[in-house]
Parts: sequence; structure tokens; C-alpha cells
Amino acid sequence: MMTTLKQRRIRDRIMEGLLILSTIVVLVPLVIIVFHVIVNGFGALSWEFFTEELGSPSRAMQGRPTGLVHTIIGTIVVDFMALILAVPVGIGAGVMLSEYPDHKMNPMLRVMNDTLNGMPAVLKGLLAFVLIVKPMGTFSGISGAVALAFVMLPIIARTTESALMSIPWTIREAGLAIGLPRWRVILSTVMPAAKTGLVTGTLIAFARAVGEAAPLLFTSFGNNYLPNSWTGWLFGPVDTLPQRLYSLAISPYSEWHQMGWAAGILLLGFVVFSFIVARILTRQKFSTS
Amino acid sequence: MNRSDELMMDMNPDVIQGENSVKGSSRIHMETKDLTVKYGEVTGVKDVSLKVERNRVTALIGPSGCGKTTFLRAFNRMHDLTRVARVTGQVLLDGVDVYHPDTNPVLIRRRIGMVFQKPTPFPTMSIYDNVVAGLKLVGIRKRQVLDEVCEKALRQAALFEEVKDRLKDAGGSLSGGQQQRLSIARALAVGPEVLLMDEPTSSLDPQSTSRIEELIQTLKEDVSIVIVTHNMQQAARVSDRTAFFYVGNMIEVGDTKSMFTNPKEKRTEDYITGRFG
Repeated sequence: MMTTLKQRRIRDRIMEGLLILSTIVVLVPLVIIVFHVIVNGFGALSWEFFTEELGSPSRAMQGRPTGLVHTIIGTIVVDFMALILAVPVGIGAGVMLSEYPDHKMNPMLRVMNDTLNGMPAVLKGLLAFVLIVKPMGTFSGISGAVALAFVMLPIIARTTESALMSIPWTIREAGLAIGLPRWRVILSTVMPAAKTGLVTGTLIAFARAVGEAAPLLFTSFGNNYLPNSWTGWLFGPVDTLPQRLYSLAISPYSEWHQMGWAAGILLLGFVVFSFIVARILTRQKFSTS
Repeated sequence: MNRSDELMMDMNPDVIQGENSVKGSSRIHMETKDLTVKYGEVTGVKDVSLKVERNRVTALIGPSGCGKTTFLRAFNRMHDLTRVARVTGQVLLDGVDVYHPDTNPVLIRRRIGMVFQKPTPFPTMSIYDNVVAGLKLVGIRKRQVLDEVCEKALRQAALFEEVKDRLKDAGGSLSGGQQQRLSIARALAVGPEVLLMDEPTSSLDPQSTSRIEELIQTLKEDVSIVIVTHNMQQAARVSDRTAFFYVGNMIEVGDTKSMFTNPKEKRTEDYITGRFG
């Protein structure tokens, strides 16, 4: 079918309009959520919010100082422990899938990874409960970290695999051809080239896990107070932001509801902060594009 | 003794400086005996016996899919990477079987360098680091040694004058032809005795191509070269000996001059006169 230049121009404009429209549709919910969370939670943000523990509901109701310092520290402790557990294993599995495609273990590894990825997060909490909470006889920060590591693991493995596979195979051959052992080629030529993808993948996994409440409900469990000693962060019940947000939201106290919104602000802050860190980490010496 | 020490010992100063071509003395540098490469059930190369002469250029020619690249990649065990590829027969380097169970493919690849169809600079490395990658990444850190090897390899690859003031720039910032010479320098830096070139100019413009062809003429003083090319004029220009491949078989091999003026086989004649291919 022949079209005139004018018709083509009009079509081009229509397509452009549709693309802009769909971009707006994507952005609107984000803006609404961020706006709503900030408006509702901003009032609860105060100096005490960052320095005091929550305590019992009466504290907030009687206007005594109360805050979420134990939740903030707990989130950092649990999430970073999860990251430390998940990153080496996840990247290792991703390297295996991408760099040794012929290995006989890989079909099984791939199926298991996809299953783990599709498994509801609450079941991962249950798994950590059976593996760690039951034998230890107590809820603990460590069990929460393990549950979150199960959330991160398959995402890291997947993104690592695709980041490494996007590096041309010829780079590996070039490395082998100058007499480098295979592991050295992977470590020193392929992985640096895929660095942006690796960090991005880890970040996506981290952001996913930071927002998960379900796996923590019966692992790190939650705590209204700071632990008595540092071992309490690892071996005792620990508060985390998404699970605290949930508890505050379902509580019958309007003071706590507002604190819940403020916890939402912090959660958003966490994600944004980790994005900024990732941007700094992936700054390339040379552009690879 | 750790791994890098082992490699260091293997790389005595003579080897590092690429002056090892005087070491062996027999005329035949590499040799294949009944070499067959199969991909699963498909035969890529069948029963090829070829002698590669020392300090000469051997060209492998033939139409696309005739197995010349498959054959070349058997020389430095690049088929090890793909489990489906199976190599039978022998490849000898100065009489040593490249495929013997006791032969370490990593060490073999330091003696038999390779340059690929497309330039392959390591994307995250500078020009300098690209050239010395084969030394630095096995634990040779002495700045002075690396500097010397880098300059020598870049000079051998006729690239030094163009890049000497920007060694810290990305390897990927060079032009295509320069990147290919960088790949050659990187291969030479580990001091190979044989250089395999797989259509090294196919992605380059005519000017860069002629630079590489000139380079091949000077390089053969130091190394023996096996070059795959689909360009017959190139084979005629650069090589001393030519082998003609057709559907996985080596049809004919001989001095380039006589191959192009007086081929013995009908199929060779048909190909070089442009009747097919």
C-alpha cells in the first residue's frame, strides 16, 4: 500500500504520542505512591524517630519519645547478611550456567533456579524456619537473612547468567588463545566486561528482598525493642522495615499508622540509596558500549 | 610451587622476548597427521595431513564451509571448549603431540598464538593492559619486564608509533585496523613460535588489510604463520605455501607459486580461476 509522505508523518506523530502516553501511564502510579507515602508519613519523621526504639503502644499514645531505630539497624543487618550469603552463591551459579553451558549439571541447576525464583516468598520463610528457627529454638536475624538470601539467590543467578552471556564469546577465545587458564579468562576479562550487568542484577535482587515482609514473619519475627547486646541482632528476634510497616499498619492505633507511613518513606529511601550506590559502583573506567 | 611460578619458569626470558624461533632447527615446525574433527555426527575436517614449515607462511584457502577454520582451530586446541567437537589424529609441534594427555593446553596456547577474524581487544582494558594481558594475568608484575614486552610487541605489530602516547587509553578506542594489530601484538607478547591467523583482514578496509599483509612478511622472520583466507589474491600475495580445502578434505598443498600457476588438481584449478566458490 502506498502512503504519501504526509500520511507517514502523521503516523509517526501518532506512534510518538502513544509512546509518550504509555510512559506516563507507567510513571503515574509511581508518582502517586511516592507522593502519598511522603504526605502521610512526613509528620511522623522526627529526631526521635531515628534515635528511639518503638516500645509499647502506650508510648506513642502518651506522646512519649518513640521511633524505629531498632528497625532501621535491623533492616541493614538482616539485608546485608542476606546479600553476603546470596551474592557469592548466586554469581557462582550464574557463572556456571553461562560459562560452562555444556556441563551436565546445568539443566538441573536451571530448573532448580527457575523453581526457586517462582516459589512464593512466604514459603522461603517457611524453609528458613524449618532449617534454622526450629533447630535453634528461637526467631533470629540470621534466619531472616537466610530467608531473604533465598529471595535474592535465583535473581542474582539469572541476571549474572544473562549479563555474562551478553559478552561476546570471542573475548573468551581471545583470552584462552594467549594461554590464560579458563578461570582467569572468566575472572579477568569476561566478568569485568559484564560488571554493570552484575551489579545491576545484584541490586535488583537486593531491592526485591528489601521490600519483602512475608519471609521475615516467622524468621526474624520482629521486635519492639533494641536487643540487649550485639549478638541479639544475629541470634534473637530482629525488627525489619517491611514487616514493621505491616505490623504498624494493622495495629489499632492511629499514632502507629502514621509511623507506618514513615516506615514506608524509609523503605523507599533504602531502595533509592542502593540505586545510587550501584551507580557509583558501576562507573566504568572505559565505556564498553 | 604455585601456578604462576610454573608459568613464569616456562617463560624464560628468551621466550618472553619472542626470540625462540631459533630454538627448534628442523624445517618442519608443525605437522598434522590424519587429523579429523567431528561435530557430533558431522565431519568438519577429514584425515588431513599437513606440514607447516618453519618461518614460512602457509595459507589455507577454499570456499566457505570447507573446514579451513575448523582445521586451524585444532592447532591450538580451541575445540576443547565445545564438548560436541571431537578431534582425532595428531597435531605435532616440534614433534610434541599437542593432544597428548600430558600436554597442558594452556602452555601449548602460549607457544601457538592466534588472531581472530574480528579484532578482540579486552573491552575493560587499556591498550597497554591488552598487550601484556597474557603476562600480567599469570602473575608477572615487574613493571620493567612488562614495559619492555609491551613496546616490543607493539613494534612487531607495527602499532607502536601510533599508540605510544596513549597507552592508557581503552583498547576499544582504536580503529578496526589498529585493534586487529593490537590483537596481533597481544598474541606476540607471550612469545609464541607459531601464529595462527583466522581471516585476520576480513573485517578490515583495504588500507588496513595491506598493512597487515606487510606485517605478515616481517613477522615470519620470528614465527611460523598459518593463515586462513577466503581471498585468493591475499593467499597469493602473502604465503609461501598454500593448501586448498574442499568439503572437509585437503585437496592439494604445495608452493604458492606453483599452486596458482600450475595446480595439479582440477578442483583447485576451478576454484582459483573463479569457476566456483
